[in-house]
Amino acid sequence: MENLINIFVKSIFIDNMVFAYFLGMCSYLAVSKTVKTSVGLGIAVVFVLGITVPIDYLIHNFLLKKGALVWLGERFVDVDLSFLSFIMFIAVIASMVQLVEMVIEKFSPALYYSLGIFLPLIAVNCAILGGSLFMQQREYHNIAEATSFGLGSGIGFFLAIVGIAAIREKIRYSNVPPPLRGLGITFIITGLMGIAFMSFMGFKL
Amino acid sequence: MKLLRNYINKIKPNFEKGGKFEMFHSTFDAIETFLYVPNTVTISKGAHIRDTMDMKRSMIVVFIALIPSLLFGMWNIGHWHFLAFGEDASFWMKFGFGFLKVLPLLVVSYVVGLGIEIFFAQKRRHEVNEGYFVSGFLIPLIVPVDTPLWMLAIAVVFAVILGKEVFGGTGMNILNPALTVRAFLFFAYPGWMSGDSVWIAGMMKKGNEVIDGFSGATPLAEAAAGNIGNMPSKLDMFLGVIPGSVGETSVLAILIGAVILIWTGIGSWKIIVSMIGGGLIMGLVLNLFAANPYMELPAWEHMLLGGFAFGAVFMATDPVTATQTEKGKWIYGFLTGVLAILIRVLNPAYPEGVMLAILLMNVFAPLIDHYVVGANIKRRLKRVKVKS
Repeated sequence: MENLINIFVKSIFIDNMVFAYFLGMCSYLAVSKTVKTSVGLGIAVVFVLGITVPIDYLIHNFLLKKGALVWLGERFVDVDLSFLSFIMFIAVIASMVQLVEMVIEKFSPALYYSLGIFLPLIAVNCAILGGSLFMQQREYHNIAEATSFGLGSGIGFFLAIVGIAAIREKIRYSNVPPPLRGLGITFIITGLMGIAFMSFMGFKL
Repeated sequence: MKLLRNYINKIKPNFEKGGKFEMFHSTFDAIETFLYVPNTVTISKGAHIRDTMDMKRSMIVVFIALIPSLLFGMWNIGHWHFLAFGEDASFWMKFGFGFLKVLPLLVVSYVVGLGIEIFFAQKRRHEVNEGYFVSGFLIPLIVPVDTPLWMLAIAVVFAVILGKEVFGGTGMNILNPALTVRAFLFFAYPGWMSGDSVWIAGMMKKGNEVIDGFSGATPLAEAAAGNIGNMPSKLDMFLGVIPGSVGETSVLAILIGAVILIWTGIGSWKIIVSMIGGGLIMGLVLNLFAANPYMELPAWEHMLLGGFAFGAVFMATDPVTATQTEKGKWIYGFLTGVLAILIRVLNPAYPEGVMLAILLMNVFAPLIDHYVVGANIKRRLKRVKVKS
């Protein structure tokens, strides 16, 4: 149990997807204009990450890893399908995103339209694929660990995007130099937020 | 005096629109308003709220509140320098030594920072604001005394341009400029910012031998290493006779500043109180676990250590980067206190967490405000519906 909480907290703050690895920048920069839409996208990312990471964990451990197919019989002990992991992970992510899209369209059309193209684009959001690949690389021991890692990473992304959206709403009326308006200033804010998030680097959990 | 006024009036047309030196208008304006109360008045139409409390006045109050810390810090720098090298010195010698050590830091901070400020004011045609007077004064107080001046200059350039001017100048920044300087130095030149020898003037120079058995470790570093017994007495920590950066050591001097700030209403007492509350509660929680000697340190002693008091009084209360809503201030202060103690005790990478805790909460302050305002709107809407 303690282990699960550690992984959860670590993936929110210390290994934050946005500020520690700078993954998922495209939707982070594009959808963070208002807090409302960024909350919507953040929740979608939490949901997608929370589901795809455990599913990919199962796929990785029972289909793709070297020796994973041993449950089919002794003959398969040498089969290594891990070259398929990219394509399998992407397929899982794309289908999950499709699901989320349908749910959001049904229950909150306003949010669906304000997210626009970025909702289907979660499918190629590097934070999501990154989540699955980190799970593969860090070799979590069981599915509970993978789930808490997925949810934690999602919540870390959620915090980052909602935080920057609030700042962008605040500076909307600031007298930013014209060449920096829009994305330029957002990059600078992201860097400054990264400095602030450095406070968690080095925590031993 | 009259002569000066007349002279200013005489040269004034040169700096106004169409004059010879129009491009230096904001510099001229800054000098004039620095010397005299401006004689521009609003036209006599409509209602006016009159208040003497303009930005200049509020900044000068913070300035005065910081002076006890500065004076004590100067003496303290000299005190530890002579103690480390085993020399006897009188009160005035210690003070004079510290004065000469701190003065260059102050000058560099002001010259570089104000230079950039004036340049931007000129280029972007706005007034030179007083905001930097306080930031520039805070910076020398929170860096180790032996910081090379060129490092300080680079950090000030970074903080003023990227932390403040790109957002549109005073009042628009999201991170506290003084803390940005500190964080920049801390991550860019860690060797000069932490360790046992940076806090004593002269100890970083090669060939300078301190007397046997002297360690320049701050009480915080001793506590983090688990040597609780090596820590100085509570009275010393309260008075501030401990190694540390210039302004942060003396809780007494900071308290004098806090009284001034709270009495004049410039620093928010809500933030100060809730930050201390957050720190105490987090300290008590850590006492419950008490896995190592540092965690067993009584919660209230954390208030005397390191930069906690200084951060709570002068940094967290920054009216620009803190939350703007009253309810938000309680949340903001509380979380800052909790995080400060959490980073300080549990993160072995950083001996002190106050700076980073405040920066982190600066980042999330707009979010807190957003939800507090949203909750207020929702509550009032409900009231409207009930009536109709």
